[in-house]
Amino acid sequence: MWSLSEIAHTIHEWLNTTFNSTLATLIEMVVAGIAVISLFALLGLVLVIMERKVSAWIQIRLGPNRVGPKGMLQSMADTLKLLVKEGLTPNGADQFLFNLAPFIAMIVAMLLMAPIAFAKDFQLWDLNIGVLYVSAVSSIMVISILMAGWSSNNKYSLMGAMRSGAQIVSYELSAGLSLLSIVVLTGSLQVSEIIQSQSNGWWIFKGHIPAIISFVIFMIAVTAETNRAPFDLAEAESELTAGFHTEYSGMKFALFFLAEYVNVFIVCAIGATVFLGGWMPFHIGSWEGFNHIMDFIPSSIWFFGKTFFLIFMIMWFRWTFPRLRIDQLLNLEWKYLLPISMVNILLMTAIAILGWHF
Amino acid sequence: MFLKEYIKEVYSAVKSLLVGMRRTGYYFTHHKEIITQQYPDNRATLHLPERFKGEVVMPHDNNNEHRCTGCTACELACPNGTIKVVTKFDVTPEGKKKKAVDKLVYHLELCTMCNLCVEACPSDAIKMAQTFEHSVYDRNMLTKILNNPGSKIMEGVE
Repeated sequence: MWSLSEIAHTIHEWLNTTFNSTLATLIEMVVAGIAVISLFALLGLVLVIMERKVSAWIQIRLGPNRVGPKGMLQSMADTLKLLVKEGLTPNGADQFLFNLAPFIAMIVAMLLMAPIAFAKDFQLWDLNIGVLYVSAVSSIMVISILMAGWSSNNKYSLMGAMRSGAQIVSYELSAGLSLLSIVVLTGSLQVSEIIQSQSNGWWIFKGHIPAIISFVIFMIAVTAETNRAPFDLAEAESELTAGFHTEYSGMKFALFFLAEYVNVFIVCAIGATVFLGGWMPFHIGSWEGFNHIMDFIPSSIWFFGKTFFLIFMIMWFRWTFPRLRIDQLLNLEWKYLLPISMVNILLMTAIAILGWHF
Repeated sequence: MFLKEYIKEVYSAVKSLLVGMRRTGYYFTHHKEIITQQYPDNRATLHLPERFKGEVVMPHDNNNEHRCTGCTACELACPNGTIKVVTKFDVTPEGKKKKAVDKLVYHLELCTMCNLCVEACPSDAIKMAQTFEHSVYDRNMLTKILNNPGSKIMEGVE
């Protein structure tokens, strides 16, 4: 059987028999890095074309349909265009920070890849505080946005960056609390254990209504955290031209663009892992036969299927809802999402203590 | 009660968002019926909406007669000096002098298709045409004289 974990295992064995263990570890690190970078490139291409097609179909248009079969190579052509364009640095900008900011965005996205389990036993780093790590590292994202906005020396960029700061700081609370409500049930922050605890059903079904509420809150909060519409105040094309990346061009702009999509993928992967069981196939309690049939579908397909379903949800939000004003945005967080998620976590704790979940 | 209002508000907000998502979800799943036109492909069968405004034209009938009296109302109505009316004096058979249009100069490159000239015209001499492929190599070609050479005013138009 070909599975991702077996391929990884074979490579590991071969490296360890051919080289000494230090060199083998180093080579494994390089291979993992290259794999992550190529996954980034692939995700950028796939998600951009997916976004354009989804938006076109929602707006009753055709979308890209000239380059390649059904326009599927359009994002490849766009990437080529961005690669050959000049990466301009404005005269008044802070040269160092301006050029550093897109790389910070990419590095954060890369760091977030580490604890995600892509398939059964296929994970870069299964650290024991995986969920905490993700929510901690994802807040570094705002630094790159603030850096880009501040160093551009442009009023639109600065305003976009400031808005983004206010937004991410507030929405992280409810994203964290909704993840916490599942952590209360599993009793572990480790990604592999969270997935293992869902082997008799996903938490969104096992945790009753509070799990569904925290899933909805999580989706709202991560949409805000990744700066996507209806919370795209940091970019706000109609008011701030492009917000924090107004002054960026060429590949530096492309890095921000890519980081946005990779972040969407990562938060959806986290959501899929915590609420929908990650790579765990759809199992119902103790129905052995049914569970066994579901196991025939490879775990990587389950993971990517769930993740892309959540990505589609986020795209659906983007092309349906109008953008919120900054005060409405903060009202939504502090007056609605935060109190609801606090009451929700209280309910969840009661359920966990009384053992009402399945 | 405060809490009741609060819950009601959340409920109605979620409901209205779901209504919107249902609408776009319908569009997403029914993507065969598209509203955009595949322009260069359907050039022969292109259907433009009735109110589409491409350029100002002056219709002439078979006898090369137009309805323009040279009153300059369109020139006055134009917000950006697109239209310039050059008038002349016709001599009627009775020997009277009568003001008439010599050239109605129309600068397409300045026109914003606001339709104010057509609204202002008292004798319906000009109208908006639906042509839109206006690219030329020399911008002088965008300055057009709307009345045909040798044309004259229709009988009965004052």
